[in-house]
This record gives sequence, structure tokens and C-alpha cells, in this order.
Amino acid sequence: MSQLSTRHLLGIKDITTEDIQLIFETAQNFKEVLNRPIKKVPSLRDITIANIFFENSTRTRLSFELAEKRLSADVINFSSASSSVKKGETLIDTVNNILSMKVDMVVMRHSSPGSPHFLSKNIKANIINAGDGTHEHPTQALLDAFSIREKLGDVAGKKVAIIGDILHSRVALSNIFCLQKLGAEVMVCGPITLLPKHIASLGVKVEYDVQKALEWCDVANVLRIQLERQQIKYFPSLREYSLYFGVNKKMLDRLDKEIVIMHPGPINRGVELNSDVADSEHSIILNQVENGVAIRMAVLYLLAGVK
Amino acid sequence: MQKRIVLDQQQIDIILKRFCHQLIENHDTFENTVLLGLQPRGPIVLDKLVKLLKEISGISVPFGYLDATFHRDDFRRRDFPLQANETKIDFLLEGKKVILVDDVLYKGRSVRAAMDAMIAFGRTQKVELMVLVDRKYTRDYPIMPDYFGVKVNTLESQYVVVEWAEKGFEKDAIWITEKVKN
Repeated sequence: MSQLSTRHLLGIKDITTEDIQLIFETAQNFKEVLNRPIKKVPSLRDITIANIFFENSTRTRLSFELAEKRLSADVINFSSASSSVKKGETLIDTVNNILSMKVDMVVMRHSSPGSPHFLSKNIKANIINAGDGTHEHPTQALLDAFSIREKLGDVAGKKVAIIGDILHSRVALSNIFCLQKLGAEVMVCGPITLLPKHIASLGVKVEYDVQKALEWCDVANVLRIQLERQQIKYFPSLREYSLYFGVNKKMLDRLDKEIVIMHPGPINRGVELNSDVADSEHSIILNQVENGVAIRMAVLYLLAGVK
Repeated sequence: MQKRIVLDQQQIDIILKRFCHQLIENHDTFENTVLLGLQPRGPIVLDKLVKLLKEISGISVPFGYLDATFHRDDFRRRDFPLQANETKIDFLLEGKKVILVDDVLYKGRSVRAAMDAMIAFGRTQKVELMVLVDRKYTRDYPIMPDYFGVKVNTLESQYVVVEWAEKGFEKDAIWITEKVKN
């Protein structure tokens, strides 16, 4: 197989395990490209890509833009803060206007779950979901699983604990789908108020004690507390959250094994993750960022190749 | 299906030895020369060549594998995209004489892409092309081999099939076959 089964990357739920493996193999090749003296290939030189971000983003937008430029695509950027969206334009009108400028692919982040699915049914370009509300963030899950594979050799059979604000996390949902498709066991851990009610129906273990989760897992993916999405108080204070659910060096020292620490960023240091862990040899957080560019290059390249 | 042999095991061995002697004649001590196998089928020829060169001259020539998939000009024009292979070059090509090795030279498009891909590793001093089989009158680009095993006349409707013992075939052999019509 050298072709994806889909024209869009809307979520991990919609793609096959073979698609994920193909993306990984291609990303491996792009990682080599990124270590060359000249880090650019001409594959997408006849492609124009619009990065449409209706929600704030630093890492993901930079990573996508870099991936696009490394593939020689023409790039246009759009952020809703400085656009006509503020004047009342609808999503489909905004995007259709951008597409009239002959854009081939759209990378979109939006606060409403399902918005990339809606777009994919209404416009001709390839759509890549760069995060839709609390739903999915497929490229983050792909780069997380790719980083685990790189560090531990394989994802299958590994135990991965996702710790933190699961309720508001698109990264958690995409990670669960991706890791399960690749044969890993997944556990979610956090305060009861930040775990979705029926999360166990996805086939994941549920744990409320972080130390127990760390003892169980090979990899801990620690998530950020998403204060911007929390309309009500889910826990008394950040200090209390940090006390009960923050991961620190002492907790890792208590384990009789070495585990891998991941975080999709941005880190709230001292809240969900202490600096003595984030900057330790257990952490592969910066590898995740590096792999992010290679994974996004692979996704863009493979989607551009689908007829 | 019609199948005609182009080179048998013995002929391939003789050609590879000849290649070695030609390279020694032109590159002397290989001080500034490197060998690159063009993926996906060049590396197997290259590996044999490197081993033979070591046996004949005692010199270990630096070598690597180059994949030009991302530099091809037919991306999005084929029914299926080509799957990339590993590029493994542990040195820069800046100022180096490069011998690009492949099994069959056909349209010349892979070689063009390879020359484009090479630029990412620096400005080469010179590039030479070495192929086992040169398919005559089929080129899309003005590309000619510096070293060739054999030149053959082929039709568009034919394939040149290369079989290696390392890949599970009985013996090394190169054939011309007719493409199967659907």
C-alpha cells in the first residue's frame, strides 16, 4: 500500500491501521530529509495550502507551516482574530472565498467539534483537521504514537497512561483511537470531574490515583489543564490539582522501572508537570515537537497523492 | 509470456569486475570519490560493487543509498504515489565526485530526480552514471551512462526484469519480458 484510504484527515477514528503505518513509514523518510543540510524537497511545489486557524495555536500552526514549506508548497495563513469572521461571515463562506483563490488543501483548527467534517462534505479541497474543539487532533496523536515507536521500538503491547484533563482534551481522544489501533493498552487518569462519564466504553482503563497510573504504565502522556475551556470550576484550585495530580520527580523515583514522559504542550510547569520531570532524561517532549514536522509532512504528502 | 535473457549470472559477474577496473582506472585511489546507489534497486548492485572493489583493489570506497521519490516530477500524475525508501548518506557530497549506480536506465527521469536530490547534500564536483542495462532509444531526458553493462533495444511494451539471488531467485539474471495486458 502506498496510498491512504481517505482524501481528508479528519480524525484518527476515520483512518485505518494501514494508513497509520504508511504515515509512519513516510514520516521516517521525511525525518531523514529534516536532518539534511538542505531540508527541503520539491514534492508539493504545485500545491497551495491554506492554514485556517479559528482558534489560537502556536506549535501546531508553526509545525504545519514548516512542514508545508519544507515540501515546497505555497502557503497562506489565516487567523480569525484579524479576519472578516468577526464581521459575521459564515464558515463555509470564509472557506469558499479562500478556495476561490485556487487552494488545494486546507489545514483547519476550529473550536466547534465536527467543523472539518462539515467542510469536507461541502468543498473540494483536501481537509486536515488541526484540532476541532474537544473532539480530535489527529496529527498530534500520530506524532505521539510515532515518538513512542521511536523510543520503545513498537507501540503494540505497550501501556500508555493519559493523565490530566481528559474531558476537554482532543489530544486524549485522538490518542486513544490511535494507540488502540496500533495495539497498545490505554488508561486515562485524572480527577473524576475531568474524566468523561462513559469513557470506559472506549475500552480504556480508568484510574483516579496518579501514582497507581504511573506504576501501571510504560508511557505517561501528561495533558494540560485547559482552563480556557472550563466554564465552571472542576477542582478547587490549581495548587490542589498540582498536589494530587501533578507529576513530579519523587513519584518517578518511587517506581521500580523507567517510564517515558510525554506532553503535547504547552506545559503549565508546576501544575500538571514539574520542571524536574519535564526536563529530565525520561521526557521525550522535544522529540515530539521534532517528529511533529515529519508527521505533518507525511500527512500532507500522502493526502496530496490521493487521486 | 515471452521472456528473453539479457544477462546471465556469469555475464553480470564479468560486467561488475569490468566496472571495478574502469573505476580504478578513472578514480585511482578514490580519494575524493563516493558511490551512491539509487533506490530502490541501485543499492543491491552497489553492494556487490563495493565488495568487489575491496577484493580487487583493497580500497573501501565510501558509499550511500539515495532515494529520489520526493524529487520526482510525476508525483500526483501517477495512479498511485510511489512509496519512499531509505536515504542513507553519512557524508556531505560537497566537492565530491559521485558515481550514481542503478540497475536499468530507461526514461532518465529517476536519474534527473536523483541529481536534484543530491543537491541537498552539497555541490558535487562531478557526477557519473553507472548502469547494468541501458535501454536504448527510450530516453525522455538527455542523460547517458558513463559506464554501462549492456545496451539493449526494447519496446515500450516490454519490461526489463532484474532478478537477484539475494532476493530469493535461483541465480542473478536480467530478462526482457512483455508487459501483461489487462
